[in-house]
This record gives sequence, structure tokens and C-alpha cells, in this order.
Amino acid sequence: MIDLSDVHKRFGANRVLQGVNLSIASGTSMVIIGGSGTGKSVLLKCILGLVRPDTGTITLDGQDISTGDRDAFLARFGMLFQGGALFDSLRVWENVAFRLLRGQKALSKAQAREIAVEKLRRVGLKPETAELFPAELSGGMQKRVGLARAIAAEPEIIFFDEPTTGLDPIMAGVINDLIREIVVEMGATAMTITHDMSSVRAIADNVAMLHGGVIRWTGPVGEMDATSDPYVQQFIHGRADGPIESVR
Amino acid sequence: MTAALGALGRPVLQAIAAVGRVALFAGAILGHILRPPFYLREFGSSLLQIGWYSLPVVGLTAIFTGGALALQIYAGGSRFNAESVVPSIVAIGMTRELGPVLGGLMVAARVASSIAAEIGTMKVTEQIDALVTLSTNPLKYLAVPRVVAATLAMPVLVATGDAIGIMGGWLVGITRLDFNSAAYLKNTVDFLETWDVGSGLIKGAAFGFIVALMGCYHGMNSARGAQGVGAATKSAVVSASVLILAANYVLTEVFFTS
Repeated sequence: MIDLSDVHKRFGANRVLQGVNLSIASGTSMVIIGGSGTGKSVLLKCILGLVRPDTGTITLDGQDISTGDRDAFLARFGMLFQGGALFDSLRVWENVAFRLLRGQKALSKAQAREIAVEKLRRVGLKPETAELFPAELSGGMQKRVGLARAIAAEPEIIFFDEPTTGLDPIMAGVINDLIREIVVEMGATAMTITHDMSSVRAIADNVAMLHGGVIRWTGPVGEMDATSDPYVQQFIHGRADGPIESVR
Repeated sequence: MTAALGALGRPVLQAIAAVGRVALFAGAILGHILRPPFYLREFGSSLLQIGWYSLPVVGLTAIFTGGALALQIYAGGSRFNAESVVPSIVAIGMTRELGPVLGGLMVAARVASSIAAEIGTMKVTEQIDALVTLSTNPLKYLAVPRVVAATLAMPVLVATGDAIGIMGGWLVGITRLDFNSAAYLKNTVDFLETWDVGSGLIKGAAFGFIVALMGCYHGMNSARGAQGVGAATKSAVVSASVLILAANYVLTEVFFTS
């Protein structure tokens, strides 16, 4: 269980998070929606400890994330970054097996490569892809490699940052389905941030909407369409008119 | 009056804060050098990039500098019939000053820029965040191998540059200034002391450290976007170059006047 309690974060005069309260139950898939610049990525980075909140607490299974063994904490997570964030200088299989090759439980090169190829196959990539460099891949393939890297060490919790941004609708659908299948198959806790409503419907068990630095609404994905919250309604229907200001 | 003092004090405070940040960054790197894990592959790759691939630019710089130095010393020396000092002055000038300083500046242009651009791009494309989520310390994985490699590679580059620079002087000496080849070489060897070469190599190591440190520091602190990476690259080259010249003065003062 991930719990965020009254989390605040500001960058200079820009108060991005203004008291976020949210719970993500183990084994469920939470999708955070919200407009650009509302702090979704910051929220995710706060949980991972990449950004330190100004105030508030974040706990994982009851333990404050700012205490305890950092490596052990991070070993429980996998993350798919928005642009893939693949390491340019490493081959695809080395990217996927990056964690497996390092640390106290480091595997041999052969074992790590074997697992990497298996994970690549799981995300629909051929074994030949393993020897390529990230620059030789298309955007969709890079996302798949990022996904393979996120699941390589079979983490308990997986974060997906805008998993379908920049992809065509068919490839976006493929990635959404892969994410859903993998999360269910691994029994992992998932947290996804996206603007893409097709991703929300494909991936989410629960949805939370971040707006104005706070969680405006949260609930099961099945209740999202029926909610009377005007912010949620405006967002999911993509209307220009409503309480969320749009710059035109 | 207060506003004027404020305008004067603000940049001074900012400069002091920047020095402090760089010092802390350097301290963090030094603190990690002897602590595992050691990323040997990254170290080897950095050694190749910084050392081996910088040889052509250092060599070309040295040979032209040695040649020009010989011509200048000959022209200057002829004013008081001291043309015979050309071999020894070329050798001393190359090993003590021009080899390390020009080599350092050329490597700063080539390596500090490339390190800053590479790490800066990694930062803006979230590769550094990805390293953290994969339980890897970016400082240890990216900065330490580069700094150690540059510190070890620069003395070798300087030694090579010294030899090529002296050879440049010798070539000009025997082809343009009518020196006897054997006499030129004997004169070079007779007057050159071990410390002339050693001090230059120590300077080289210090300059290598500065080059990689500035590249890594500005890369890691790069702002977002292409403009941010561009600014980081520029700052890395400028700060590395200025620090090399400043460090050269300090080291010369320490080595030759104390």
C-alpha cells in the first residue's frame, strides 16, 4: 500500500502540489489523470524519492519512504519513463538487464541476457532486437524496451509515466494492453500518469484526478463517467468550456 | 547606495555559492573513487574517449607549437647572438608550460564539451532519473569513471605532446634554421631536467581532473531543453579553460618559486 498524506511541493513561486492525499492499494492499478503541468510527474517522482516533498509524508507498507535502506526500497520498483529513458551507449539487452547486472544479487552476463531476451519477447520484440542500440529503434519499440526494463527484475510496484505519448493509436493500444496484461500477470501494484483516456480505460482499476495541486476526485474507473465532478467531466470529455482554464 | 551594494554583492555571493557547489561536487567524487562498486567498463570507455581519441588533436597542437616556438626563439635569440639556446628553450617551454597548458585547453574544448553535452542530454531525457530508479548512483556511474580516466590520461597525453612538440622544434631547427640534427638533440637532452618533465605531467593530471570535473558538473546541472544543454556545454568549456589557466599559474608558483 502506498499512502500519500498532505504532500506539498513548490518550485520557486510555483506551488505544484498543495496537499495531496492518496492511497494506492497493493495489487491495484491506479491511473492519475490531469492537465499538463498539474504536477503528475512530480507526484510520481516524489514517491520514488527523485524529488523531495517540502512537507507531508509518503509511506510504503506503513514505512516512511525517506527512512530505511534506499537500494532495497528502489529494488521494489520498476518504471517506464515517458521518453523511454534508454541508455544510448548500451545495447537493448544491456538496457533491459541493467539492474540484473548490478548490485549484490548481480547475475552473470549470460543469465542476465537470457532474462532480457525473455522480457523482450514478453513485450513483443524479437530476440534480434537485443543486440541493437536504442537509436536504431522506433518510438514504439523504445517504449516496449522501456517496459521490458521496468519488469525485468519483476518488481512489486511499476510506475508508467505517459506510456502512450507520441505513439500512433494502434501502437498506443498495443502498449496499453501489454501494460494491463503484465500488471495482472505479475500481480503488481501499478501507478500510471496519462492524459490519454483510452489508456485510462484500458489500464485503470482506480482513477485519481490531480488539479490545482490536490486530488480533485478519486474512485473506481467504472464510476468515472458517472461522477458529477465538473473538473472530471470536462477533462474526460475534452471540453474547452468548464472550470479548467484552457489557454487559447 | 543600498541598491548599488546589493548589485555588487549579489554576483559575489553567487560566485561564492558556485565555488562551494563545485567544491562539494568534487569532494563527493573524491569520496566515491575508492568505494565500490567500480564501473570498470565505463572507466575503460572513458579512457579510450578521453585519452586515445584526444591524441590527434594534442599531437597536432604540439607539433605546430614546437615549430613556431623554435622560429620565435631563434628570431628573438638572434638579437643577442643566442641562437644556440633554441633546442633547450623549446624543450623546457614545451615540457613545463606549453605541453600541459595547450594540451589541457585542447582537451577542455574536446572533452569537457562532450562530457557536458552527453550528461546534460542524459539529464533532460530522464536517463539520470532512470539510473536512480535502477539503484545506480549517477555520480558514481557517470562522473567518477570520467574524472579518474581524465586525470590518468592527461599526463600521458602531455608526455606525448611534449615529445611531439620537441620534435616539431627539431624539424624546424634542422630544415629551416640550419641546425645540425645530432647537435640539436644533444642540446635538448643535456639541458632538460627530470623535473621539467615531471612538473608538466603533474600539471597535466590536475588539468585532466579539472576538465572532467567541469564537464560532469555542468552536465549534471544542465537546465532543460536544447538551450539548457547548449549552455551547460559552453559553461563547461569556459570554466575548464579558465580554471586550467588559473591552476597553471598556482602550480607554477608552487613548483618553481617556492
